[in-house]
Amino acid sequence: MRPVIEVSGVRKTYGATVAVAEASFEVREGEIFGLIGPNGAGKTTTMECIEGLRQPDRGTIAVLGLDPFRQVYKLQERIGVQLQQAQLQKRIKVWEAVDLWASLYRKPAIDADKLLEQLGLSDKRRAWFMNLSGGQKQRLFIALALINDPEVVFLDELTTGLDPQSRRAIWDLVRGIRERGKTVFLTTHLMEEAERLCDRVVIMEHGRIIAMDTPERLVATHCPERTVVLDTEDLTAAGSLRKIPGVESVECLGNRFTICGRGEDLVTEVIHCLSEHRIRVTDFRTILPNLEDVFLKLTGRSIRE
Amino acid sequence: MLRGLWKLTWIEVKVFMREPLGAFGTIGFPVLVFIVLGRVVNFKAAPPSPAFSSFSRAGIPVFASLLIAVSAVLSLITIISIYREGGILKRLRATPLRPQTILTAHVIVKLILTAATLALMVLAGKRYYPVGAHVPLFSFAIALIISTWSILSIGFLIASIVPTARFAQPIGAIILYPMIGVSGLFVPVESFPPVLHAAVRILPPTYAVRLLQGIWNGDGWLAHVSDVAALTVLFLLYTALSAKVFRWE
Repeated sequence: MRPVIEVSGVRKTYGATVAVAEASFEVREGEIFGLIGPNGAGKTTTMECIEGLRQPDRGTIAVLGLDPFRQVYKLQERIGVQLQQAQLQKRIKVWEAVDLWASLYRKPAIDADKLLEQLGLSDKRRAWFMNLSGGQKQRLFIALALINDPEVVFLDELTTGLDPQSRRAIWDLVRGIRERGKTVFLTTHLMEEAERLCDRVVIMEHGRIIAMDTPERLVATHCPERTVVLDTEDLTAAGSLRKIPGVESVECLGNRFTICGRGEDLVTEVIHCLSEHRIRVTDFRTILPNLEDVFLKLTGRSIRE
Repeated sequence: MLRGLWKLTWIEVKVFMREPLGAFGTIGFPVLVFIVLGRVVNFKAAPPSPAFSSFSRAGIPVFASLLIAVSAVLSLITIISIYREGGILKRLRATPLRPQTILTAHVIVKLILTAATLALMVLAGKRYYPVGAHVPLFSFAIALIISTWSILSIGFLIASIVPTARFAQPIGAIILYPMIGVSGLFVPVESFPPVLHAAVRILPPTYAVRLLQGIWNGDGWLAHVSDVAALTVLFLLYTALSAKVFRWE
């Protein structure tokens, strides 16, 4: 099956600034694909090239088999777009915006009332855009991105600036989009968002792609370290724990033991060892690496810097 | 090209009318100037000089009408720069809407606004001017719409160069109001120094004043073909220029 999006050797500069040095990747049908990385990594530029809003200096892009820049109007009929930090007219009403958007496409739009209801905006139909909360604005932008029943949906930094609760609600909505059989292409600098939402991710930094895989495999490949923290009064435990295969260090601070090692079986081995030696523990925690650790490992700096 | 145009135009009209200061500033200000000037002239029952009398006859309505046009253009500049800064233009572009459609909708809104303001002015001015009987109001309205349309093209050019929405109104005012000053309404352009005389020939208000004054005083359209042609040529010129420099974001 042909990929929904094919990006090959794309480069984009603004004067002397290189926004995207080299980007190549493919997005498959029906997946949530994440382009992730710190602010200024070139994510939005890459996305806007794919949406046909910018022309890359070099390289080729195909979306649904179309050239996004040359066939932009044809493409826009079939995609839905949410832009980073976009606004609407301050005093446009929610229903007016949805109604306007619905009129812009050749094919009939989906049921706007139903869409607003699904997005929890029914009681805001007559509200002005300027009076919506951050989460409501983002949900309206999702509505506008879905109104033409698109095959691919682009979401740029969808939850930036939202509180954790709205963020979770939006994540559920994005999963809902995938369940309708659509492909979702999103960018985010929030690693938690990528891990929770994305089937596959591309990590971008300084305009280059530095890793590409499922979040789980990226973590397994680049950060095999596992840490187990447990509390026990049995101070002889250290000896037994050190003998576990894969364990690299056991630190002991009062009653608290911190066991570091690598390999997916480490946690199982620790549990096995505790039960075998009948070591009584009062607390037990595992610290697993995540995409943030992957980024740190790959670039030597934290994504939050 | 037409897809979405009427809906967008209608929404822009509604959005504009919901803006309390926007609607008042754009419609109210020219009408206010007209009424105040009309009163001043009216109370000095006898005209002090023939020159002043001729200015008050066609000058005040034409001046107020030009203010209508400039107000509309200023409002366009402000709206475009706010829309650009807020990413609204970019958001609209990421749909099958053609860029021309977006800008055309704004031009139509401003022309409707101009016509509405003129109508209001005529109503308000009835007490001071016995208009309606001898002034070809319909032709005058058409002339004003042609003039506004031409000046709007300069508006797009200004909207392209203003750095932020904050500066849109002042920069627009600094450029546009002096254009009225040198349009020949107060001092005949023939009396200008050669450089200025040449300069005002590429400014739409110069032709707008001649057209509006002529039509107000009862000239036929045939007498002003050259003015309408000049306004059209300047519109095309400035539109072509702004198409080159216009920024969407």
